[in-house]
Amino acid sequence: MRALRRDRGFLVGAAIALLMILVAATAPLLAAAAGQDYTTYHDNLLDSARGGVPLGRLGGISGDHWLGLEPGTGRDLFARVVYGAQVSLGVAVGATILEVLIGLLVGTAAGLGGRWADGILTRLVDLVLALPILVIAISLLAIVPQDWPRPLLLATVIAVLGWGGTARITRGETLTLRTRDYVAAARLSGAGWFRIARREILPGLTAPVLTYAALLLPTNMVVEAGLSFLGVGVRPPTPSWGQMLSTATTWFRADPMYVIIPGGLLFLTLLSFVLVANGLRRALDPRQSEVLR
Amino acid sequence: MIGYLARRLGGAVLVLFGLSLLLYGLFYLAPSDPAVLTCGKGCTPERLAEVRHAMGVDDPVFTQYRHFLEGIVAGRDYPAGPNTRHCPAPCLGYSFETDQPVTALLADRLPVSASLAFGAEVLSLVAGIGAGLLAGLRRYRWLDRVVNGLVLAGYAVPVFLVGLLLLLLFCVQLQWLPFPTYVPLTTDPLAWAQNLLLPWVALAVIQTAAYARLTRAGIQETLAEDHIRTARAYGLPESRIVRRRALRGALLPLVTLTAIDLAAIMTSAVLTETMFGLPGVGQLLVGAVNQIDLPVVVGVTLLTGLLIVIANAVADLLYAAVDPRVELR
Amino acid sequence: MTDLVVEDLRIRFGDTVAVDGLSFELPAGGALGIVGESGSGKSATALALLGLHTAAQVEGRITFGADNLTTLTERRWRQVRGAQIAMVFQEPLTALSPFHTIGDQIAEVYRLHTGASRRAARDRAVEVLRQVHIPDPARRAASYPHQFSGGMRQRALIAMALSCRPQLIVADEPTTALDVTVQAQILDLLDEVRETTGTSLLLISHDLGVVTGSTDHVVVMRRGVAVEQGRTDAVLVAPEAAYTRELLAAVPHPKPPRTIDGEPLLRLAGVRKHFRQRRRGEPVRAVDDVTLDVRAGETLGIVGESGTGKTTLARLMTGLLTPTAGTITLDGTDLRRRPGGSVQMVFQDPMSSLNPRRTIGESIADPLRLSGVRDPRPHVEDLLERVGLARREYDRYPHQLSGGMRQRVGIARALAPHPRLIVCDEPVSSLDVTTQAQVLSLLEDLRTEFGLTMVFVSHDLAVLRQIADRVAVLYEGRIVELGDTASVYEQPQHAYTKELLAAVPVTDPAEARRLRALRRAQVTA
Repeated sequence: MRALRRDRGFLVGAAIALLMILVAATAPLLAAAAGQDYTTYHDNLLDSARGGVPLGRLGGISGDHWLGLEPGTGRDLFARVVYGAQVSLGVAVGATILEVLIGLLVGTAAGLGGRWADGILTRLVDLVLALPILVIAISLLAIVPQDWPRPLLLATVIAVLGWGGTARITRGETLTLRTRDYVAAARLSGAGWFRIARREILPGLTAPVLTYAALLLPTNMVVEAGLSFLGVGVRPPTPSWGQMLSTATTWFRADPMYVIIPGGLLFLTLLSFVLVANGLRRALDPRQSEVLR
Repeated sequence: MIGYLARRLGGAVLVLFGLSLLLYGLFYLAPSDPAVLTCGKGCTPERLAEVRHAMGVDDPVFTQYRHFLEGIVAGRDYPAGPNTRHCPAPCLGYSFETDQPVTALLADRLPVSASLAFGAEVLSLVAGIGAGLLAGLRRYRWLDRVVNGLVLAGYAVPVFLVGLLLLLLFCVQLQWLPFPTYVPLTTDPLAWAQNLLLPWVALAVIQTAAYARLTRAGIQETLAEDHIRTARAYGLPESRIVRRRALRGALLPLVTLTAIDLAAIMTSAVLTETMFGLPGVGQLLVGAVNQIDLPVVVGVTLLTGLLIVIANAVADLLYAAVDPRVELR
Repeated sequence: MTDLVVEDLRIRFGDTVAVDGLSFELPAGGALGIVGESGSGKSATALALLGLHTAAQVEGRITFGADNLTTLTERRWRQVRGAQIAMVFQEPLTALSPFHTIGDQIAEVYRLHTGASRRAARDRAVEVLRQVHIPDPARRAASYPHQFSGGMRQRALIAMALSCRPQLIVADEPTTALDVTVQAQILDLLDEVRETTGTSLLLISHDLGVVTGSTDHVVVMRRGVAVEQGRTDAVLVAPEAAYTRELLAAVPHPKPPRTIDGEPLLRLAGVRKHFRQRRRGEPVRAVDDVTLDVRAGETLGIVGESGTGKTTLARLMTGLLTPTAGTITLDGTDLRRRPGGSVQMVFQDPMSSLNPRRTIGESIADPLRLSGVRDPRPHVEDLLERVGLARREYDRYPHQLSGGMRQRVGIARALAPHPRLIVCDEPVSSLDVTTQAQVLSLLEDLRTEFGLTMVFVSHDLAVLRQIADRVAVLYEGRIVELGDTASVYEQPQHAYTKELLAAVPVTDPAEARRLRALRRAQVTA
């Protein structure tokens, strides 16, 4: 813990990450404070001669519209960006939690189970790891009905396709931990496998799983952004950063601010979470600090 | 060796089999009916039944799946009205949207994705190993920091964001490069490279950092090993130690990684190709998804699955080739 | 030939002083031993002789021939290393490059120093490999290190050391990673090499017995200082420094025999344990038809080298493994139906035997809780006191304790549920010799106090001779000899037992010479 308090990268990352979480949590309040919402069109502030680019400098930044307007529609960018944070973070956090739960369950079961259980579960994990996540996610998301709750669906799909890594790490660690002599000692004093899993194995899994999960969070954010970018993420008018960047591909020549604002925020948030993950890993697992993959 | 390959092949077939089964199951359960879309507007029930029969979706799911497997081995015919569509083996299905066998579509698009992946991989390997070595041998302190920073940023930034910024910078602001359009290598190698340069860079930015970090860690770890101390104790000069003894150990993990990454780039090419408008497999998939052209979706997914499986096998073979300690069993 | 003279050597790592004013001489063709426990500065000294320190400050004079080694340039160093002074390291597996063949690695060194042709270098590599008795050296030169056994790797490393005909060989714990019979072979080889080539030998070891038979002078080091030095015969027979006496006293000594005629407590009948190979092939017969009784109240020693199945046997006896065939009974009932806690184990590596994330008190309390004790803390504190630890250590974590203290915790945990039988698997082999002696005497005390029945598994014949009442010799999964300790040691029947006994390092120089002669006779026989 002391190592964390001295790690400047970790501290900066944690501060930004917390700020982003706060923004996401209070998105309705923030939008209200700005006096805007994310659905109202402001056609009058767009330059119809140039195809709908916001009037004014820097994408129409003004006292009313703190981050300017969305080109083509004239919706308030600040409101859309803070609501977008809600989607990005919510989906990523949800997916990560689900992945860790599935991964821990499958991983410990494989690690502690017998030869057969391990064999079958390991095959399953191998299969999941070999899945082209993005490709399958696109196909899946394209065929489910449009009226299902989209963010929940996104988190589930990402988690169902992405728990392989956590499971593999958990299994590996469990296999190492179960050969430790203190597990043998616990068995000799009459402890059952459930008690051993809870008291001797799980505490040893915390550090590796936590560090892995910390890195999974930004990865899942990237996946969510990618899916939204490809048009299979949340449905309009709900905003998300990836979806904004997708529309930005047609506008970036005329209105660079529309790339820079959501793109910059996405990058900043991702970077902050990676910094947190990196700091955590360095503090919890000094041996492996060199290899970030 | 032969036994190993046979087992490996068996495993690969099993994975692909599982993957296709999974896809079939999911699409069968999916509520949207592809025949409705193919049939189009003003579709009568009779016409719909006809279309369903032509596409083969009126059979129970197991029959459909059996036909699908048979098609891979022997090819199959689709009875669409007066003129039957033939789909030669290995038939992964028939795209009624584009009126072409899926295999033909894939063969058409694969060179684009391969060009993209291959170029990006070469670029990132060269840059990554170079920077990693310089940082690892502690020639330049600042480089160490740059590599560290880059790897974190590289982990954080999605490829389409890099792509957008690159386009903004080089095509709009500086106007040094044209907007990428795909030119086949065989037509004009120079134009091929020039047009793919930005996509390559966008992909490489992310990979380079990872390779640099791995190389740096690898060289430092290897230089701390016991056998390097032995080499020093027997008077080998440092440059020779690095060249003959340390480099091999340091670059070992990269060998496996390269093969796997090559496949990973191909699968993540969906984003890059959409971003830069390149007509590769990824773009094919996005198009197919939007039109609910299921045979194409299944085809692309299986192809990417196949690539990943092959890449893993190649990685293992390469590893055994460069490390005498590894035996393939 | 060249003398090595070390004067007032000081080695510092930052603020820590590793070696503090060490002086000794090694005349040409002589053999000098440096003995000390971990942290004595003996390895730091070895590295200084080759200028291999990167982070340390080295002061003083090391004169070798015309050179003062502490002031050499890197260029000149490279000419000395390998050519004039060659080093043999502790871990023969990691000390050789895994990517190059043994022959290539030796040839590379030879070419570097002599400028010989590739062909001549390859021939030289085969020649030195033959000199260290690698069978079929021309073919084996093309092997990679991982294809060699531990002993062969160490031979290859010695061959590399010999390749450029150095005047001095520095061997830093050259046999620590090896089995006792292989250790004897390597020490004999070093001795032979010294005789035939006339090179001098600096042998560094934590084991007095290793140094005794192979050197004519010895330096005893402690915390960076030489506490005593002189002729090996003199120092080991009539030590002057208190520390040397302490070290010698810590070496296990035979105890007067106890005869225990208790009822059989644990009975093994026709026990086998086979492990299936990953792919096809014959299963590994780790334990192969073992029949044996452990009598109530006795200490049964089980001796064997690595790979003889002794750890598997120990785990079978505790019920951690179930036999493939045969029966094991405790007090007449099947071991699998034993009450929890009735058989306990003390493990080799005290770091791995304690959960690093739980306090040691909690680790000891666990078996008590499982047997229904409500408030185990006072019991645990009593136990801690009994094994020589303070009551307040209850709340400390394993990493805050030394190796010896951790092993005491392991013993306390084994005692906690009042077991019928305690199986000790190499409980003292990872400890320094003085700590080893303390832990052994603790076990002996506890045995008398609680009337314990113990099985003591070890590779170390000397330790077993001190603690065991009966000894079973394990070889390739079978018990080849079983009897009262005194009779096994004095009249060994089986050839393997004889080989083992002849290989044991002893601290009596005369006995060491006798055993070496005996080994040579065994080899030629």
